[in-house]
Amino acid sequence: MLLRRPLLAARMPRSFVPVLASPTPMGKHRLTKAWVVFPGAVNSEFTSDMSFVTAKDLPAIPTYRVMNSDGEMVDKTRGHPNVSDEEVLTWYKNMLQVSIMDTIMFDAHRQGRVSFYMVSQGEEGISIGSAAALTPDDVAFSQYREAGVYQQRGFTLKDFMSQLFANCNDNGKGRNMPVHYGQKYPRIITVSSPLATQIPQASGAAYALKLKDLQNPNQAPRVVACYLGEGAASEGDFHAGLNIAATRSCPVIFVVRNNGYAISTPTIEQYRGDGIASRGVGYGMDTIRVDGNDVFAMYEAMTEARRRALSDGCQPVLIEAMSYRVSHHSTSDDSFAYRARVEVEDWKRRDNPIIRLRKWLENKGIWNEDMEKETRDSMRQAVLKEFKEAERLKKPPIREAFTDVYEEITEEAQEQMKELKRIIETYPDEYDLQPYKDGLKGLE
Amino acid sequence: MVRPRAPRGLMHQIPRRYYSAPSPAAKLNLPLDFKTTPLLHHTPATLSSVPNFPAGATSKRLNLFQAINSALRTALSTSDKVLLFGEDVAFGGVFRCSMDLQSEFGSDRVFNTPLTEQGIAGFAIGAAAEGMKPVAELQFADYMYPAFDQIVNEAAKFRYREGNTGVNVGGLVIRMPCGAVGHGALYHTQSPESLFAHIPGVRVVMPRSPAQAKGLLLSSIFEHNDPVIFMEPKGLYRAAAEYVPNEYYTIPLSKAEVVKPGKDLTIISYGQPLYRCSAAISAIEKTMKGVNIELIDLRTIYPWDRQTVLESVRKTGRAVVVHESMVNYGVGAEVAATLQEGAFLRLEAPVKRVAGWSTHTGLTYEQFILPDVTRIYDAIKQTLEY
Repeated sequence: MLLRRPLLAARMPRSFVPVLASPTPMGKHRLTKAWVVFPGAVNSEFTSDMSFVTAKDLPAIPTYRVMNSDGEMVDKTRGHPNVSDEEVLTWYKNMLQVSIMDTIMFDAHRQGRVSFYMVSQGEEGISIGSAAALTPDDVAFSQYREAGVYQQRGFTLKDFMSQLFANCNDNGKGRNMPVHYGQKYPRIITVSSPLATQIPQASGAAYALKLKDLQNPNQAPRVVACYLGEGAASEGDFHAGLNIAATRSCPVIFVVRNNGYAISTPTIEQYRGDGIASRGVGYGMDTIRVDGNDVFAMYEAMTEARRRALSDGCQPVLIEAMSYRVSHHSTSDDSFAYRARVEVEDWKRRDNPIIRLRKWLENKGIWNEDMEKETRDSMRQAVLKEFKEAERLKKPPIREAFTDVYEEITEEAQEQMKELKRIIETYPDEYDLQPYKDGLKGLE
Repeated sequence: MVRPRAPRGLMHQIPRRYYSAPSPAAKLNLPLDFKTTPLLHHTPATLSSVPNFPAGATSKRLNLFQAINSALRTALSTSDKVLLFGEDVAFGGVFRCSMDLQSEFGSDRVFNTPLTEQGIAGFAIGAAAEGMKPVAELQFADYMYPAFDQIVNEAAKFRYREGNTGVNVGGLVIRMPCGAVGHGALYHTQSPESLFAHIPGVRVVMPRSPAQAKGLLLSSIFEHNDPVIFMEPKGLYRAAAEYVPNEYYTIPLSKAEVVKPGKDLTIISYGQPLYRCSAAISAIEKTMKGVNIELIDLRTIYPWDRQTVLESVRKTGRAVVVHESMVNYGVGAEVAATLQEGAFLRLEAPVKRVAGWSTHTGLTYEQFILPDVTRIYDAIKQTLEY
């Protein structure tokens, strides 16, 4: 069906004949405008010029930044970011803390003290700048390179170390690989290794928050922040999650860390469009691309995204945060097998979110070399202290291998626990229960 | 060409088993000794006696990932219909199975895909429907679930649905590393073979060793016109090394192998646990004089070689099935039920299953959840003494 734009469907004649097939060519410009009213694209204008939209002819979505790599305002005419010096110092220290922990844990892996680790080097600004714009009641879903989100949302060094060493204080009860953190409040859903599965879940959680907050006027409206990488955006769940969020008007903010690599796969083999941001537009959601090395740009974009997410009956928003993965994918990866060392060194030299913010703080006269050294030293000591403590602690009791599969342990699993106990009792030399809390009793 | 230093494969550079260190006093649950296990060809001499292996062929000592690499190279040079793709395949793959293959065969035939398992599987099915022989790699079996729809609803049903058009996806092989490594926790440990084995229309294969892997993979690509799920026990990629024939050879699918003949009890297993079975057998044959255990490697999990297994158990009267994945509704259940139906009057003891418990593989608990030599030893003993 088609009709002149001013006509409303209600006014359509019963035996509707297309009013306008009006294909009278009038040079390049059609004077008579007609709009598509096919249900799938109501604002489209008819044209008899056959023109394909060519992605590369469209301008690339610009990248928002507030502070340049010298730690100065890009736009000197605008005011400084609306955040106190004290708050910025907290961000800085959080970024530093994550980066110091990363260095120590990466080495700890080399020494064989943890089985696995993933650093977020170069991406601290994305996690911390975005998380700083959330309220404690907001909910976050992360991927696996967002230690900064945990740090900014109150996850303590003890929490980090307990998880990394899978000890009896670990929220995940020693079940998950290192860096699969989870926190009850402020809520961050425990990291799951499969990629992109968190995306539709974040949409559903946001929908639930929206309904619950409508039902409870005393609750300030909340959003969900959903973190993912550009590689995960190739998974089917990405499409599913974004599209359902758009159609159900979910207050969810998708923060896409585009760091250039999915393990070895560079973005050129991951997608051919204008990054991930262009897809947000495709799903009909407000979208912005941000310089991920600029913690202020991240904070401002996230603050505005949060406002939009909760406006007009709620809506999803997409932020594409640009960065470069200066680290290897994980301790299991040697990235120099697929990219030149010089490429990485260049990036490290060129820009880094921590160095950039440090310059800013120094420009403001609220940070200096001595403070830097002192802070780094004390943070290092704090990490090592919790490290040693966590490493020494017992693993959770063995029964935790069987709990939480169902709310109650099934009859079948109970029998399996008994059988395991019998085996251990029959062959006591074959098992070392010393590392586990309560030893064999821990199986009861 | 100067190549960068081969990176350590994902999950595999770690020298010790963090969460499952052997007990200092252990006699059964010892680290597996791949240098002496009778399951591997430690010299080229033993290769010639193996049926299906090319007679008088030259051979080379390869580990499992090198043998897969050799099979893929052989396949790519045998037919230009063979394609190889998946996540991170271009630089050699996270487990190094596709090393050097892109430079040898070009990026039209060996290439990276975007990060999408459903896309990889569907793409492979489409290419197979058009007559190519795509070998698609899913990076971990734990990440195959987005591809499950394509495998179950499409690959498995393609020929049946097409009927008289004759279009099918024979030649399609979906490879995936599976199984435990000691620190893979929930998402780098799974062995979902029983999920595939429930689906008529796909063949499910899991090799136990490098030489087996090469023959079975080449067979999957060239000798069968059915889609194949080819599961590679990733714990063996580096650990298991043996002499492997250099040239093209195939090992038939859906044919089990009696890897050790015996008269008193049959152990039926496949993939990595076979090494633990073998260790348990030598322990029990030492402690119980005169006892002689038969060990069968299913090799293809579905459609499986029921006759070889039934024949063995009709002879021994006792059976233990061993696999890594959960016992509930697992391969062991199917094997035990088949034995009960086909060899009931010959059974001297109930068929015993030694498998993963009905839970997830929590990081610190792996050694207690998955079958170890002790549990297999105990199951053999109990079944013999029943």
